[in-house]
Amino acid sequence: MKEIIKNRILRGIATKPIMGSALNISPDNESIGVELKEIIKSRFGRSFHIREVDTGSCGACESEIIATTNPIYDIQRFGVDFVASPRHADALLVTGPVSKNMLVALKKTYSAMPEPKIIITLGDCARDGGIFKGSYYIEGGVNSVLPVVLHIPGCPPQPTDIIKTLLAFLKQS
Amino acid sequence: MDSRDFLQKIKALHKISSPEIIFERADEVYIRVSREEFGRMCIALHEQLHSPVMSYFASDEWRDRQVFTVRCAFLSPENRKWFFVVVEIPSHDPVFPSIAKEIYSASLFEREIKEMYGLEPSGNPDVRRLRLHDEVWPEGYYPLRKDFTGPAAGAITGKQFQFVKVEGEGIFEVPVGPVHAGIIGPGHFRFSAAGEPVINLEIRLGFTHRGAEKMFEGKSIREALKLSECLAGDAAFAYSAAFCRAIEKIADIPESDDAKIMRAIFIELERMYNHVADIGGMAIDVGFSFPANLAAIIKENMLALNMKLAGHRYLKHINTLGGVTKILSADDKTLLLSSLRSIKRDFSELEKILQSSVSFMDRVDTTGILRKMTAEDFGVLGVAGRASGIPLDLRSVFPEAYNSVNFQPAREDKGDALARLKIRLFEFKESMRMIEEFAGKLEMTRINCPSDFALKAGFGLGYAESWRGPVLFWVKLDAKGIIERCKVVDSSFHNWQGLSFAVLGNIIPDFPLCNKSFNLSYAGNDL
Repeated sequence: MKEIIKNRILRGIATKPIMGSALNISPDNESIGVELKEIIKSRFGRSFHIREVDTGSCGACESEIIATTNPIYDIQRFGVDFVASPRHADALLVTGPVSKNMLVALKKTYSAMPEPKIIITLGDCARDGGIFKGSYYIEGGVNSVLPVVLHIPGCPPQPTDIIKTLLAFLKQS
Repeated sequence: MDSRDFLQKIKALHKISSPEIIFERADEVYIRVSREEFGRMCIALHEQLHSPVMSYFASDEWRDRQVFTVRCAFLSPENRKWFFVVVEIPSHDPVFPSIAKEIYSASLFEREIKEMYGLEPSGNPDVRRLRLHDEVWPEGYYPLRKDFTGPAAGAITGKQFQFVKVEGEGIFEVPVGPVHAGIIGPGHFRFSAAGEPVINLEIRLGFTHRGAEKMFEGKSIREALKLSECLAGDAAFAYSAAFCRAIEKIADIPESDDAKIMRAIFIELERMYNHVADIGGMAIDVGFSFPANLAAIIKENMLALNMKLAGHRYLKHINTLGGVTKILSADDKTLLLSSLRSIKRDFSELEKILQSSVSFMDRVDTTGILRKMTAEDFGVLGVAGRASGIPLDLRSVFPEAYNSVNFQPAREDKGDALARLKIRLFEFKESMRMIEEFAGKLEMTRINCPSDFALKAGFGLGYAESWRGPVLFWVKLDAKGIIERCKVVDSSFHNWQGLSFAVLGNIIPDFPLCNKSFNLSYAGNDL
């Protein structure tokens, strides 16, 4: 406990010192987020909940999605959160080229969601199969299975890209 | 030890007559045996070398002679050599003797050979498919055969996978997955429990199967290198390094000393960001969020450092034949060393917080014990192996650049979640120390990878100790330098079986902790 309190006091809020540090992780993080928060507040009743499904990604996309929730990007403070059940989700975030083995699970997850059932794909594989395009065991892109409305490109997309693309989408839709 | 003398000894000891050495290089030897003696030869090597089956695969390379080739690899750490037992199976009688009853670590490989090539391991009691799920893939289609054509789209098989049934009063089943609560790969866990403790856990994987090994075939080296980075994103560098080393061996491309050091630096950076993420993951899985978030900050700092040094947060696109495409300038070195200093400070705080929390330490202590004997039987390797008293680490077997920094392998004996945590804590600090020393030795000012080399037909094994454990790429090239066969083995392929034994007797709520303490790859296992 002593260590936690010491660390808490000395470190302060994690997002703050990192902005000015040598690594300079995310200088434009804050302004994007504030805008995002306003939109989510007015359109989704303060919370935009996402269920993530991996349909055969290599794991890098998952790592970057998790990174958006770390103390540095902390996407939750803007009202975006990743939830454990599709029943609680406004949006479905799908990664991977859709392995045949995941097809049923993906469809079931989709059918378990309440409206508005926003389908977002993330990473190059999810768009058209990416580097695995043409393989005997993939369906080749999520949009052949579900109505995708937003794609976040990259291999993998960086956390700031994910936040930025989400914002641009929520703004224009 | 001379491999010819060794083979003579084995022939005499185990009364095997047919083995002959068909190919040899410094760290690999290929021994061909008759189909009748294949099992005895494998068991002989298994006993003599105390090695589990490291890789075991078929190939369809001699269509004109109408045979399939099966190769089974063992590692001798003392001799720094990989031993391959090679056997040819006629395609009109596609049966080979199973060794799974004598060598448990062979069992999954045999199931894989059966589903991918249709070769029957006679005597293996379990030939259920691993990756081509019965629900979506009809029988009789073997993807890795050269004359494979896929089944008609949307084929409905109407079949179901048969899980092992545990019967008895009060036993209930808990199915979990493939879609999990967290942001993680897909897999299905079938727990059988009576009251609190788990009696049996069957893990069904293959949900991220993308047909990667088939995708390699027919690709040029350049395309295949890209693909190798996309098999397991959290070990992208180790994978591409292992792939490059296989090609470098085949084409006799030398790896310069600087290149060896650069690769070692990046492989250790990859190890560090993953180990710290796992340490944080173990904290979050017992509900201890403060250190978990501290670990997430350290991981993010490391990914940002990767971005600065290599231009990619997951270290993709830097490996190339003969070395890496990035050099560390003087500024880069300063940045690396100063970042490591602040990471070191944060990490020692993280360690202190975890170790001073009695409830956390109590929770990980004696949880999810994987006994040494079980680990040995299933060929458990890497972090999980070292925590159960199996010292194997490819960095000490094939040290190369690590010789110059006096690498100390980690080792624990208790095999519980705490032991796996301790291995990670130790290895993180050891990696940090080695990177600092490597950076001091590096005098590279320009990239000196050979740009001009002749590719030729041949085969070879490339390997690297990724943060999880050994990654093996066995590659065969044709005369034009096109990939004919590429077999990938991630240590997860062995270790998932270890996990299903480690959770026995533990309560289901401790499963996330046990699982995280192994943190095995879905993508690297399913390929």
